[in-house]
Amino acid sequence: MTTESSKKRSRRVHATTGSPVVVTAFALLLGLLVGAVVIISTTPAVLDAWRGLFHSWGAPAHAINVTFDNVGAAYRAMFTGSIIDPPQLWHSLVTGRGWTNALTPLSETLTYATPLVIVSIGVGIAFQTGLFNIGANGQAVIGGIVGAAFGSMVHMPSVFHLPLSLLAGVAGGALCGAIPGLLKAYTGAHEVIVTLMFNYVTYAFLLFAVLSTPFQQPGQQNDIGRTMDSSAQLAPIFGVHSGLRVSYGIFVAAAVVLFAWWLLNRSSIGFDFRVTGANPAAARASGINAKTVIVLVFLISGGLAGLAGVVQVASTTHYVDGGFLIGNAGIGFTAITVALLGRNRPVGIVWASLLFAALGVGGRNMQALTGIPLDLATVIQSAIVLFVATPLLVKEIFRLRGTAQGSLQLATKGWGS
Amino acid sequence: MHLELQGITKRFGSLTANDHIDLEVQPGQVHSLLGENGAGKSTLMNVLFGLLSPDQGQIVLNGEVVDIHDPGEAVRRGIGMVHQHFMLVPVFSVTENVVLGFEPTSSLNRVDYRRARDDIRRLSHEFNLDVDPDAIVENLPVGLQQRVEILKALSHDAELLILDEPTAVLTPQEINSLMTIVRALADSGKSVLFITHKLKEVKAIADEITVIRHGRVVGRAKPTASEGELASLMVGRDVQLTVEKTPTSLGDNVLRLRDVVVLDDRGLVAVNGVSLDVRAGEIVAIAGVQGNGQTELVEAIAGMRPVASGTITLGERDITNVTPRQALNAGLGHIPEDRQRDGLVLSMSVADNLVLNTPRREPFARRGTRNLAAVDTNADDLVRRFDIRTTSTQAPVSSLSGGNQQKVIVARELSRPLELLLASQPTRGLDVGSIEYVHRQIVAYRNEGHAALIVSSELDEVLALGDRVAVMFEGAISGVVDPTTSRETIGLLMAGTGVTSDD
Repeated sequence: MTTESSKKRSRRVHATTGSPVVVTAFALLLGLLVGAVVIISTTPAVLDAWRGLFHSWGAPAHAINVTFDNVGAAYRAMFTGSIIDPPQLWHSLVTGRGWTNALTPLSETLTYATPLVIVSIGVGIAFQTGLFNIGANGQAVIGGIVGAAFGSMVHMPSVFHLPLSLLAGVAGGALCGAIPGLLKAYTGAHEVIVTLMFNYVTYAFLLFAVLSTPFQQPGQQNDIGRTMDSSAQLAPIFGVHSGLRVSYGIFVAAAVVLFAWWLLNRSSIGFDFRVTGANPAAARASGINAKTVIVLVFLISGGLAGLAGVVQVASTTHYVDGGFLIGNAGIGFTAITVALLGRNRPVGIVWASLLFAALGVGGRNMQALTGIPLDLATVIQSAIVLFVATPLLVKEIFRLRGTAQGSLQLATKGWGS
Repeated sequence: MHLELQGITKRFGSLTANDHIDLEVQPGQVHSLLGENGAGKSTLMNVLFGLLSPDQGQIVLNGEVVDIHDPGEAVRRGIGMVHQHFMLVPVFSVTENVVLGFEPTSSLNRVDYRRARDDIRRLSHEFNLDVDPDAIVENLPVGLQQRVEILKALSHDAELLILDEPTAVLTPQEINSLMTIVRALADSGKSVLFITHKLKEVKAIADEITVIRHGRVVGRAKPTASEGELASLMVGRDVQLTVEKTPTSLGDNVLRLRDVVVLDDRGLVAVNGVSLDVRAGEIVAIAGVQGNGQTELVEAIAGMRPVASGTITLGERDITNVTPRQALNAGLGHIPEDRQRDGLVLSMSVADNLVLNTPRREPFARRGTRNLAAVDTNADDLVRRFDIRTTSTQAPVSSLSGGNQQKVIVARELSRPLELLLASQPTRGLDVGSIEYVHRQIVAYRNEGHAALIVSSELDEVLALGDRVAVMFEGAISGVVDPTTSRETIGLLMAGTGVTSDD
């Protein structure tokens, strides 16, 4: 009896480590393992090596070497393409030159992560209130259009132009989010359906806008909008000529993180949000007005999505075109998985956004260097989210202890209602 | 079926939920397992039903040692379980629910509904269950849903039925008919294990009683034992079932209801012209069989349900058709009927729940920002003052026992300045010790000269707490009487046949 239980305990190496953070870390590891399996099963060189397993004595060792070479090269390319390339860094440290090359990967990752953090926090706040904002992408599109329009068609000094352009984007996204919010609060329309469908409305509006006279780039026949004045752009931190795109947008994102942390953890209204999300009946009995909460949350969530849209435009292309954020690449959709991965908490979302941005940016470097398709990054991202969503599976695989409580509990309830 | 549990032991980490429990159930017998919430009753039944495997001990069925490792096995061996929370598909018919998982089939693998329906009719008739096989489960009242669960067990040829707190969700009438059914089952030779913490039911139905406390069998008794004896076995000390009240002088009218009419969810009149006053220094208790408008009346006072006509005045303020927040701000303290749904956010901490309806009050927040230090200080203070048993003020309320969860609500409401305490079923589902505690708190509050309106379907509670007892029947007050009035008289009022009123 006692020996049996002690044996059990010793097998459970990571006793008392089944916390959500640990589970997420292990999910990340499992995601990379899944990616490795995909690389192995789709790379001809690796497959050939394994096919010749019995041809010679050295074949097994060769096959293992080839496998590790290929998987290693792929992940190395991902790492060096998204974070830092150590030889480059060493070169720059020694010679004092080539800093642009050494820092470009990190700069790119941050550039991609910036709008993703903002929009994901918006989605996460809605999740914490028990509301699903599946329309963040459309809200970001509207935010981008309105922000770009204000930045390109109104002219004023930068000290006003930039903040007002950002605010214009917030207003556009908030308006776009308020409509589903009002519909839910006052008619009971399900927000998932309304926000999801609203995406298509915004895409149609985008195409209309970029092909219509006041907003279309002058002298263009294509679906391209006007370019924002430089006074409205989010400038690169290290200057336009540095070659590093990372912009002042990261300070906007940092401000959003601080705001969201205060909102959810310290503000009275955020307390109302969380109570509503966790138990709507108790919220009502405690005097919380559900309609107000729903409309406010959608205003905030949509506003942050709109801000993400305008930050994306103002820090990268400086104009919107007909393909802006459209399709599965839209950050508003990635935001849903990022929010889940970050467990709807602002700091968690920062890490999740950085991870997703790094996988995306690094994936392109991997494609360039090894020929493994960029889609592998998506496979890994999906696998990680899948494992995070099944904490019991991860705990079983790594024999973690802890409660069976899922980390996505709050976020995933409410679909049936 | 003859069942014997021998030395069942089940541990969860350092907690021993069942400690060498022995239990014997004879065929044709109703055996009651009596114990407070958390005494280990459910764990034992889960062991018996194959949901948990015991660390030690064995289960003997009809003289044969059996190893039950999953519920399917338990069902095959003739054990049926009716859970406290029903395991039914609401949108399915009774027949579909009963056959679910064990569908009888005819040719081409079609479900043979005719046969299933006939079986249900036969069983329903045999045990007087009165269930329509074609009714949709979600349209049935709770009592009938429970009978569907019983039917389900019977259709699997259960010889031993486990009823886990079967009366917790039932109205008094439903409880009566359940008792009749349980007796009929036993008379037909089936064994019944009846799990409860209500002394009255045990005395009414059981042939044998086993009392467990802290996971151990602390006594066996016959139903002839007095309630006092059983209660003291359960809690390990003599429980005071009546609460000491000091005489107080009555003050001003605090709550004034005038011709209040309230509709229920279906738009039917649920409260039909109720007029009632509650004065400072008294407890007015509303008695009545559940479903006679008490729930709707309470919700209307608390601002959670519109008042169709009439007025509600609290202190000097007209609170007719205000929002819940306005009612709170007017000085209404509300202990809701369904505490887990309306009174608590289970996933949030004890500290947050203690300020659930006052998060914006000084010092808990200032200019929209919460002062968590003040929230925690408040929690530390209330946990001590109200003896809330929790590992930490930061622990989620879901980790507390039912009695301590209710203490959180009581502490929250009584710790802020109130005009009136409105408590609905304040001790439902609580163990004896917690009931006594809640009663003492309410009476202490009244002894300080405050007003309280209590709604309860437990007559004992109404009589113990009330300075005046208002009886509700079909949405109206059928009489306001003194708590010394005989139970028979009050019973007649509850049934709507009483004619007297000393008001």
